[in-house]
Amino acid sequence: MRRNGPLALCYHALFVAFTLAPIIVVCWVAFTPEGYLSFPTTHWSLRWFHAIARYPEFISAFWRSIGLGALSSIIAVAISVPAALAIARYRFAGREAFTALFMSPLMIPNVVLGIAFLRFFTEVGLGGTFTGLVLAHIVIIFPFALRLTLASAVGLDRALEHAALSLGASEWTVMKRIILPLVLPGLVSGWALAFINSFDEVTMTVFVAAPGTETLPVRMFLYIQDNIDPLVTSVSACVIVVTVAALVALDRAYGLERLLVGRGGNDGR
Amino acid sequence: MAFLELENLTKRFGQQTAVDGLWLGVDKGEFVSLLGPSGCGKTTTLQMIAGFVEPTSGAIRLEERDLLAVKPAQRGLGVVFQSYALFPHMTVVQNVSFGLEMQGVAGAERAKRVGETLELVGLGSFTERFPRQLSGGQQQRVALARALVIRPRILLLDEPLSNLDAKLREEMQIELRQIQRTVGTTTILVTHDQAEAMALSDRIVVMNKGRAEQIGPPYEAYERPATPFVASFLGKTNLVKGIAVRPERISFAASGLAGTVRTRIFQGNHWLYQVETSDGLVTVIRQNTGEPMPVEGAVVHLSWMAG
Amino acid sequence: MKTAPYLLSLPALLLFAAVVIVPLGMTVALSFHDWGQYKGIVPVFILKNWREVFSDSYYGEMFWRTFRIALLVTLLSAVFGAPEAYILNRMRSPWRGLFLLVILGPLLISVVARTLGWALLFGGKSGLINAVLLSLGLISAPLPFMFTETGIVVALTHVLMPYMVLAVWAALQRLDPQVENAAITLGAGPFTVLRRIVLPQAMPGILSGAVIVFALAASAFATPAIIGGRRLKVASTLAYDEFLNTLNWPLGAAVAVLLLVALVLIVFGANRWVERRYAQVFG
Repeated sequence: MRRNGPLALCYHALFVAFTLAPIIVVCWVAFTPEGYLSFPTTHWSLRWFHAIARYPEFISAFWRSIGLGALSSIIAVAISVPAALAIARYRFAGREAFTALFMSPLMIPNVVLGIAFLRFFTEVGLGGTFTGLVLAHIVIIFPFALRLTLASAVGLDRALEHAALSLGASEWTVMKRIILPLVLPGLVSGWALAFINSFDEVTMTVFVAAPGTETLPVRMFLYIQDNIDPLVTSVSACVIVVTVAALVALDRAYGLERLLVGRGGNDGR
Repeated sequence: MAFLELENLTKRFGQQTAVDGLWLGVDKGEFVSLLGPSGCGKTTTLQMIAGFVEPTSGAIRLEERDLLAVKPAQRGLGVVFQSYALFPHMTVVQNVSFGLEMQGVAGAERAKRVGETLELVGLGSFTERFPRQLSGGQQQRVALARALVIRPRILLLDEPLSNLDAKLREEMQIELRQIQRTVGTTTILVTHDQAEAMALSDRIVVMNKGRAEQIGPPYEAYERPATPFVASFLGKTNLVKGIAVRPERISFAASGLAGTVRTRIFQGNHWLYQVETSDGLVTVIRQNTGEPMPVEGAVVHLSWMAG
Repeated sequence: MKTAPYLLSLPALLLFAAVVIVPLGMTVALSFHDWGQYKGIVPVFILKNWREVFSDSYYGEMFWRTFRIALLVTLLSAVFGAPEAYILNRMRSPWRGLFLLVILGPLLISVVARTLGWALLFGGKSGLINAVLLSLGLISAPLPFMFTETGIVVALTHVLMPYMVLAVWAALQRLDPQVENAAITLGAGPFTVLRRIVLPQAMPGILSGAVIVFALAASAFATPAIIGGRRLKVASTLAYDEFLNTLNWPLGAAVAVLLLVALVLIVFGANRWVERRYAQVFG
């Protein structure tokens, strides 16, 4: 394959700069020693990171986001596994429709889902509750969980099960010793991708969350709506660092390309 | 001076030497095969001629002119790729006429030449199909037509038949040879299949570890292999009493090297024997003439003509 | 009839029936309800909200702005994202993996944090972009980015660009690298190879990326809310206002349902068109 010329590499450098600029700027401003927004050059300070401790609503929102992401991702993966098996292994009436339905949260604007959830939860008495948040998050992260569990289920060679059964293994042993180890990486990655999407979600959650059940992105969004000060940059910097760490771990464990494109890369070519 | 000259051609990738001082002259109209196992440097050699890989040292001359000074797009060579590399978004006709468009050949002339070439490869009626609507053999023919229609000075074939099944491959070998005879284009074929190389070529270049071990007509290379590698790569061979003997040259006789038949495999037109002798296992191939043959466990005597 | 697949899908089906289909139905119904400052939501069937949305030019203008922004973002993403995907695809290990992570990674970083970055880059006197442009002498007065459509378009393009790169990248992955070499041996120059060989094969990827980017741009919320402020409204921020500030839920529901229907029609139409166009070629 032909190499990139100098012009292409210049373009690439500009593109990467454009991609990273806003992220770097947030982290940069977070280190300002001043009481207002500024770009520190000579003096750097951690004062705005220390300041986060004085705002318990950010701390509690952070833990709520972690708990919400973890719980809703586990439930989403647990529900997606049997659905993935059904879609991958059977040809049945309604199969296409089911798949489209399960993938529909990707198609429906999150703002519409937020409105629908708000209306529904208010009517059934779940308005502003953590239970409502969990239900809403399970739905919007379900397509991500399903996509990876489905990839695992499709990639599973049935001959392996038949081989194990022919060697005298029971159904349960086949599940435990053959199927589970083979699909586990897919399940863990599905969980992780679902978690990240839950952790970052703001558009839908802003409708469903109430003052006592705000997630971190919602808290940040509402804060920015009132005013932008260095505090929200230091909180954002923390969020960025946590996400990047998770991203790198996920890339090492599963491959970001496989995760996002949905199939194996061929980096070694 | 030959039509195409490779002079001391060398390519190194870092520490690895892919092609190591290759000298080769190809005459006009000749069909030459570069034959060897994977990693022997045959594909790298082809890519250097085509211009996809730049040699570390050495020269390539076409009609006495330095080919390395010419850009790949201007070399005027026809290449048939292993994957065929057909343009998936273009029909058969569009694929074949692409090269003529690049040369600025006018529409009427272009249509005429494309039609002729498609007739030549036997694809006259598939003109408006897209590549993925064709079988492997048909795609192969399109690739050949696309390379031939520009009337290349040299036709380069990179394992062109390796993606076809065995039966189709044999048919295509015969057809490829006939087409090459008809158009008379100087052709270089890269292959790891010794039967294919021998069936098609005027001369073969047996390559190993970046070097040409032997260059010559197929019959000569088979009968008088220059090195043990050539002997073993071109068909099966036995080393009996220090000399190389082809299995089909050994016969069962009343006297000679004594041995016991270990295994006997029937392969339709011939029998394949493994005979255990005092000199180790000897492979013997005998034509199936319908006569009774020694069974497993029988004691036999082997004789052969050295050559 | 086989029961196993239905039993296996049952948990997911129940969840989606209860928490997606029913709420969406309720939202559609809500858009036909009446509302008043003091009486609140009145569950009757009237066309008041729909009549208002379709007759008041304020809403027409707002929807036109929403789709204009989405179209511009889609265009910019395609024009700048597709070449980058091509460049990425030609890189070698380990650079390819590294830059793929750098360019696609932001997709998973909080939209709020990324938009905050643009607010800092744009912002008044301390805005970095204006400071740089001013010091370079390229402009004489600060350009307005905050609370403008330009600002929303730039920030949204940044937020959604990775989807375009991803889609084009996926299409280029299917491209046989020898195809470019084949064109070269037939006498094609670099520009011809790009225009006649690479671009047509990347086109399905560009189009599917465009559909995704358009849909997400038209329904984007956090970025237009932060950059556009309280006055420059798009469909989703307007719906948000009706729901959480004005409390006129039926009107907000009508705006949301209209946005959903418009997007579904556009996305389905575009997908059908792309599929039909390329069915014969790529299958």
